[in-house]
Amino acid sequence: MTAPPSGDAALRGVAHVYDLDDIDTDRIIPGKRTKTLVVADMARYALEDLDPGFARRAQAGDILVVGRNFGCGSSREQAPMALKAAGMALVIGRSFARIFYRNAINIGLPVLEIGDRPHAIATGHTLEVDAEAGRISDLSDGMTYSASQLPRVMLDILRGGGLVNYLVKYGNYRLLGQPGEDS
Amino acid sequence: MSNPSGAVRGLTVAEKIISAHAGRAVRAGELVIARIDGVMATDATGPLAIVAFSEMGGKRVWDPAKVSLILDHAAPAPNERVSNLHGMMRAFAREQGCHFYDIGAGICHQLMVENEHVRPGDLFLGADSHTPTYGALNAFACGVGSTDLAGALLTGRTWLKVPETIRINLVGRMPSGVTAKDVALKLVGLIGAEGANYRAVEFAGPAIREMSLSPRMTLANLASEMGAKTGLVDPAGLTLPYDFVPTSPDPDAEYCVIHSVDIGDLRPQVARPHSPGNVSPIDDVLGVRIDAGFIGSCTNARLDDLRAAARILRGRRLAAGVRLIIAPVSRRVFNHALADGTIAALSEAGATFIPAGCGPCVGTHEGVPGDGEVVISTANRNYQGRMGNPNAQIYLASPAVVAASVLAGAIADPAVVAP
Repeated sequence: MTAPPSGDAALRGVAHVYDLDDIDTDRIIPGKRTKTLVVADMARYALEDLDPGFARRAQAGDILVVGRNFGCGSSREQAPMALKAAGMALVIGRSFARIFYRNAINIGLPVLEIGDRPHAIATGHTLEVDAEAGRISDLSDGMTYSASQLPRVMLDILRGGGLVNYLVKYGNYRLLGQPGEDS
Repeated sequence: MSNPSGAVRGLTVAEKIISAHAGRAVRAGELVIARIDGVMATDATGPLAIVAFSEMGGKRVWDPAKVSLILDHAAPAPNERVSNLHGMMRAFAREQGCHFYDIGAGICHQLMVENEHVRPGDLFLGADSHTPTYGALNAFACGVGSTDLAGALLTGRTWLKVPETIRINLVGRMPSGVTAKDVALKLVGLIGAEGANYRAVEFAGPAIREMSLSPRMTLANLASEMGAKTGLVDPAGLTLPYDFVPTSPDPDAEYCVIHSVDIGDLRPQVARPHSPGNVSPIDDVLGVRIDAGFIGSCTNARLDDLRAAARILRGRRLAAGVRLIIAPVSRRVFNHALADGTIAALSEAGATFIPAGCGPCVGTHEGVPGDGEVVISTANRNYQGRMGNPNAQIYLASPAVVAASVLAGAIADPAVVAP
């Protein structure tokens, strides 16, 4: 049921690598910075306590690369919102905490899980990524990596740009393409 | 789910509760669309949920009697920006006719349980990561973000993957001076901050059968720090002010992991900076100098927690140069503690009371630590920057350990400070 790979599904961006485990939501955006509906304000404080220079260096279309259990802690959706607002087109992680993972997809920020295999992606490398197919090419050193694929319901949410558009379109949840369901 | 060969195993609590809400028998690994019994959002997550609900085309929430909005994360408002967000939530609650708890009523999770908005066997979504707390009631309660919550407000349903379950059997009786917080911290250290990611955790054992609701809430609450989708406390021995039908796992339920943890000689536990999984027995950190203590949060600020602190602090004074901030979990708890003299004992010892609510646990206001300061707290997270300053160090412990430590000016064993 996977969609055929298409040229425009590929993203190209520059990597920012923090290969640390358990980067929690407070380090993605501190609680004191979340009490706002102004997305540009959130962007300014993305990863503030982890790397105060990140928000300044981040460019639109860049890619964040992180370790295990990224986004553990709070349910704050401001965490993926801040990263997206700071320009991140995608987050590649060894694994993600579950609420962060859902929140990212729900706001239309693709997240790819690459597991524990060693990789040589370094800050400044240019990556080309087909998020739906789970293919990552590091154009700076020629290495390629594969990521786990999203379940169909999450792909559907992501394709429309997030859960708001999904529910506007379908009016309710549907589980097409799952075992035991019609597609 | 049975078949003549007997090959199909029994069901976990999570599988039973989700099956009852999906309209079909489901097992771990399946994706389902499930009916929801209740939802709640706070001032940290509600405003974004209201915006998303409106963007989804939402006009009326699916069932206002099943929706609660709470002002607890930054309440009373520390500035005009937050005050305006509070105003937005008040207006939405008025328009929709849903339950609404204004500043000072208390922390969302306590209010959901105290006011019976969540009951045993429910499937509940909360836009706060400590929503698994209601597993103390034997409810499947799950934390979500604002947009998922908006989807639930619109449809009364959500999609989810039925989780595998980790079973934790506690063996032995809790030694005196050891609390549910110590057990929970020990388990977070054992399972790890990611160990239960995407999974449910069932807690069982004779020590739990003797627990009242409050320590059960402490235990379920810290399932969040294992990354769990939900934490479910065995309902055996649970008494509630109303009748309920407990959901127990089948004897042959299938678990992904079963841990037996002997708590018979457990020591008080402390989580060191900067992770709730960085846990050690108190003996490894005795004497660490502290600047402040905090008794509060959805983990440990109920009546039994305040009384445990008062037992140690009554008739004594905080160590010179040390401060203690207390945020009772709810106004109801505050009023009980006022009536029975607990508040007076703590205040006379030098504690500073702040309104019922999340207080400094979320680092927004009411006690942000200074650079280089060390805080010992009854809360659930000690991430770098959690209390509002990345240059502070936070230790997590039980109310008794916090009380002993603010007396000593350093991390101290309550059995030594106040035998």
